[in-house]
This record gives sequence, C-alpha cells and structure tokens, in this order.
Amino acid sequence: MTQLDVTEAAAGATVIRGRARARRRRGLTGRSIAVLVFLTMCALFFCVPLYVVLTTSLKTMEEIRQGQIFALPETWTFEAWNFAWNEACSGITCEGLKVGFWNSVRILVPSLILSISLAMVTGYALALWEVRWAGTFLFLLFLCAFVPLQIIMFPLIAITRTMGVYGTIMGVAVVHSVMAMPVLTLIFRNFYKDIPREIMNAAIMDSGSFWKIFVEIILPMSGNILIVVLILQITNVWNDYLVGVTFGGFNTQPMTVNLANMVTVSTGTATYNVDMAAALLTAIPPLVIYFMVGKFFVAGITAGAIKG
Amino acid sequence: MPRVSFEHIVKSYGGLNVLDDLNLSVEHGEFLVLLGPSGCGKTTLLNLLAGLTDVTDGRIMIGDRDVTDLDPKDRGLAMVFQSYALYPTKSVRGNLKFGLSAAKLPREEVARRVDWAAKLLQIEPLMDRRPSQLSGGQRQRVAIGRALVKHADVLLFDEPLSNLDAKLRTEMRLEIMRLHDELNPTVVYVTHDQIEAMTMATRIAVMNGGVIQQFGTPDEVYERPANLFVAGFIGAPAMNLRQGRIAKADGGVAGVFDTGERIALDDYAFARAPQEGAPIVIGLRPEHFGAPNAPLDGAAGRFELPLQHTERTGSDATGYLHWGDGLLSHRVEPGDAARLRPGDTISVAFPRGKANLFDAASGERL
Ligand SMILES: Nc1ncnc2c1ncn2[C@@H]1O[C@H](COP(=O)(O)OP(=O)(O)OP(=O)(O)O)[C@@H](O)[C@H]1O
Ligand SMILES: [Mg+2]
Repeated sequence: MTQLDVTEAAAGATVIRGRARARRRRGLTGRSIAVLVFLTMCALFFCVPLYVVLTTSLKTMEEIRQGQIFALPETWTFEAWNFAWNEACSGITCEGLKVGFWNSVRILVPSLILSISLAMVTGYALALWEVRWAGTFLFLLFLCAFVPLQIIMFPLIAITRTMGVYGTIMGVAVVHSVMAMPVLTLIFRNFYKDIPREIMNAAIMDSGSFWKIFVEIILPMSGNILIVVLILQITNVWNDYLVGVTFGGFNTQPMTVNLANMVTVSTGTATYNVDMAAALLTAIPPLVIYFMVGKFFVAGITAGAIKG
Repeated sequence: MPRVSFEHIVKSYGGLNVLDDLNLSVEHGEFLVLLGPSGCGKTTLLNLLAGLTDVTDGRIMIGDRDVTDLDPKDRGLAMVFQSYALYPTKSVRGNLKFGLSAAKLPREEVARRVDWAAKLLQIEPLMDRRPSQLSGGQRQRVAIGRALVKHADVLLFDEPLSNLDAKLRTEMRLEIMRLHDELNPTVVYVTHDQIEAMTMATRIAVMNGGVIQQFGTPDEVYERPANLFVAGFIGAPAMNLRQGRIAKADGGVAGVFDTGERIALDDYAFARAPQEGAPIVIGLRPEHFGAPNAPLDGAAGRFELPLQHTERTGSDATGYLHWGDGLLSHRVEPGDAARLRPGDTISVAFPRGKANLFDAASGERL
C-alpha cells in the first residue's frame, strides 16, 4: 500500500510506471506464494506415484526384487514395454495389449462420431430453432444425465441383443453413445444458446434451411466446444471398464479390460515391470490427444460478427 | 408494386400486448422511419414484417400478397440488423454470397451481384477478410451489402447506425440515402435518433408504447405535432411545454400561462372553437424566439425572465431562463450567448402563428 501511496503522490509518467511495478511486485508476494506451495504439494502427490510407475516399468525384474522402489533403474530397458504391448497374456490369448488398444480405437471412433454428431444436431435444434416441447425435452435430458449405467444395464443388454450388436464393437460403441447423449446434448445446446439471436435471424432470412445453416454457419463456429466435448468423450470412452466388460465380446474387449485381465489373472510371479508398462500404455492415448487437440482452441468465436 | 401494410396487428408476449391493433401502410419507394424511444416496439414491428416472430393477430400485406404466414426467406425482404449479425467464420465475400443462398441463382449471377454490391459500397479490397478484421463502418457496409445483393424490393434497417461515431454516422446516413435514390426500394428504417429520422425519411411514424402517435412527413411531424408526446419527443432542444388557459378578450383569443404571461393566439388554426378558460398546454419551439432584449414586430408574447445558463452546441446556442418552477429554452446566436450573464434578466419575444396548442386533459392537438 505504501508503494501505491508514494506512486500516487508522484506525477505523470512516473505514476503509470510506478503502478505497473507495484502490481507486478504484489503478484509475487503473500497469497501467491501460499498458492504456489499448495500447488507444488498437489503436483508432488501425483508425481511421486507416477515416478515410481515409470521407473519400475523401465527396470528388470531382478532389480525390482531388490525392493528399492525409489531408485532409478541401473540398466534402462524397454523390455517390459515391448512385452506388455506384444506378448503379455490376457486370459488365454497371449498377444499383448495391442489387441485391446486396437479394439479401443475401433470402439472410440464410431462412438465419438455417433454421439457427437447426434448431440450436436439435437443441441442446435433445441437452442436455435423453435421445437415443440423443447422445454420438456430439455428437462428429460437433464434427468437422464443423472441416471447411472447400472440401473439401465439389463434393459440395455436386452436392447443391444435385439439389435444384434451385443458382444460386438458396435454394441459397445452404441452403448457409449447412448450414455453420453444427454450430457453432450445439454453442453451443445447451452453453447449454441449463446450464439447471438440476430446471426441466426440473418441466416433464417438468407437461407432458411436447417441443414445449410448448420453446416455453413453453425458448424464452423463450433470448434471450441467440439474440442471440449472430444476431450470429455475420449476420456470417458477410453477409460471405461464397465461398458467394455459387459457389452464387449470375447475378442472385442477394450484396452482397459485387457489390462485388468493381464494384471489380475497372470499366473506365477507378478511381473511388476510389465504391469506398470501396460498401465502406462493404457493411460497414454488420452494424454496425447489432450496435447494435440488443445492446440486448436481459438479465442472469440463471434469476433467481428456483432458491434460493440 | 410492393406496398407494405400492417392491418390490425396485435403482438403479445405472454399476455402483455406489445403492439395492440396497429395499422400502418408504406407506399412503394417510400423511406419510412419508425421513430420512438427504447422499448416502444420498433424492432418487434420489424421482426413481424420479416417473419422472424409471428403475429398474435392481424395481417401483413406486401404488395397484394398476404405474407402473414410465409417463411422469412419467402417474403422477398432483406434486412440489416441492429447488431450487423455478420457470419463470423465467413469472409466478406462468403457473407454476401450466403445472402443469396435461398435464391438458387446460377453461379455467374451470384458472382455478378456480389461484385456489384462490393463496388457500390466500396468494399472490394476487403472481400477476403473476416468480419473481425474490419472496422465498424466497414462491417456496417458489409451488412448492407448482404441485404442489397438480394435485390429485394423492400429493405429493412434496424438502427443500423446506432453504434457508430458521429462522423461515420453522418457518412453512412448519406450513403444509405444515396442508395435509396439510386435503387429506390421501399425502406422501413428503425431508429431512435431523430436527426436520422428528420433527414432520411419521406415519412415518419412516431411510436410510443406500441402505439403509432403520428404518421406524416418530417415537416408535418415537426411543425404540427399531433399530441404532447410527439411535441416533446421531436426537436432538440425540446419544445417548451407549459400549462395555461384560454382567455378571450377584445374579440381575440389568448393563452394565459399559469405563471401569468400571456400569448396571443389569434393566428392559431383551431380545429374547434376554443372555450373560455379551457385548460391547455402551450408549446413554444426554442428556435422561434426572437433575439434576446431585441424588439420583435408583431410579437405574440414577451417573456422577461432571469437567465440560468447558456449552452453552446456547435453552430447553435441555447439560453435557459428561470420560468416558474421550470426553464424556458430559447435559441440565441452563439455570438450573443457569450455576452449573456447568468442572473441577468432577459427579455425574449415569441412571434405570432408559431405556437402549438394541446388539450391539457387528452394531450391531443387543438
Ligand atoms: N421475446 C420477448 N419476450 C417478452 N417481451 C419482449 C420480447 N421481445 C421484446 N419484448 C418487449 O417488447 C417491447 C418492445 O421491444 P422492442 O425490441 O420492439 O423495442 P425497440 O423499440 O426495438 O427498442 P430499442 O430501441 O431499445 O431497440 C419491450 O418492452 C420488450 O421488453
Ligand atoms: Mg430495437
């Protein structure tokens, strides 16, 4: 405060420069240090286990048996990673995690396309067009968003069986899409609700076509929300276990199920390095996607569209 | 001949009537300005015409088509929105082209029209930019261009100039008037800026509270306001409106203000014979007063009052005199204004035949 008083007494340019300095100095003291300490502790809380997992996966079994879990590996080896990816046994098949990885990818792609495209168009219609019973429909969606999977598990099994997709990749994808629809639709609807009404009115006068407006005007403005939804949905689908283990067939189980089988049902001694490597392999894909997709965030989707 | 008419229009939002039995018709090629304070229903009326909201009751005709239930794109209108509403992800060219997407024109025709509009509005160098890369005035022109490419017979403007600075606003005003002269569409132009209304309109509809208060040429609206609302709303500085009574003496008619001053009303064209003692409101435009402390031949009345302050607005100046519990404003030459001192008693005269009279109870012109 004294700093401010002094600078306020000063005149002209010194005032401005003094204020800027005061603000910067305040930014580094007091409260912010407490925040920094807290954040560092949080980071450590996550980093220590990660460190252990990572180093263990790079060690040989002999080294692990010595029991020094915080030590760095003496000989760095990717042997365990290779084994986990190509050879580790899950149940009776011994082809490694790559089977599960590709299954997960094949589940992910259709479930993303299905859920996002449906939710997007529904959200667009609900937000920007006059839909009869829109309010009731939104309320139902809101309720559905809170229904846990376990409650509708049996009906869903029956439905997918009737559709003939139970125990297939498509079955898993469809269930994922259905489960994601309420939340995704609400997200898109709320996003589109903020598009200025006059842009929509202009488009209605210019074209009047539901699809043309969607494809040419609304879709290009949806970049940011698509990224958010992609991240949300990829994490959901990739990290899912319950849907995969219930609706996946024998050879169509996702990576998480594959991993669980590998870690829990392995015979003989536990191969910690392989388990750790497998766990890391399963966790990496969403991370890679975050970093890739995050780059596409853009600021101000309606910049320049309206005045002021 | 596209003649636009509103017939018995009712628009209500959840039981609240924003417009109630409104009738209005605009002739072909006319430049109609809807003028009124904020919230009086101007945008609502325009949206009803454009088909963006549905009427609760009544009929809208364009030419001899009943368009009340037609889709917006089928009404043959083009609109420039209050907020421009450009498509942010499209280039200027893309914005103009999209304006034609309902028309299903051959590609060469689309290109020809886009080029024509770009040239007319001098936005050719900007055609590949995004709206975010344009200045306010340029965005404005793109918004107008997107409406013009449609070659619609009826153009709607919703306060298109309200967010521009004064200089740009004057420029764009001239540009829109030039476009109207050149292309001669029927225009419905919404504004709450009375200078825009007075300069651009062929006719003005003054609205308040969803009701059209007066519909006439700018001169009519200014010279013969139909009621107290119009009298107070049109003109800056506003007309002096004061309560008084009719007094008949020596065969002449005069108005006596509650503050005691008299003003001769012999030249006033009464619609009905005035009643002795009838309560009235007398309206005196500031610019009709004679120069301060100067004689005026045949003055209808004279006011000797102390000056409160003077106000200089560019080419004009206004003096404000203490008058009862209010003020009397009168135009003065800027040169004279500098010589007047607050507190001095000033004498100003009002000429014959210029006063406006309203019934004190109904507010209607007498
Ligand atoms: N969707 C709506 N629901 C309820 N009331 C509305 C709605 N749209 C407008 N109104 C009301 O109708 C009245 C007229 O609104 P309108 O937008 O036509 O005003 P305006 O004359 O264009 O004002 P401005 O000069 O501020 O743009 C206002 O009182 C407003 O509150
Ligand atoms: Mg408005």
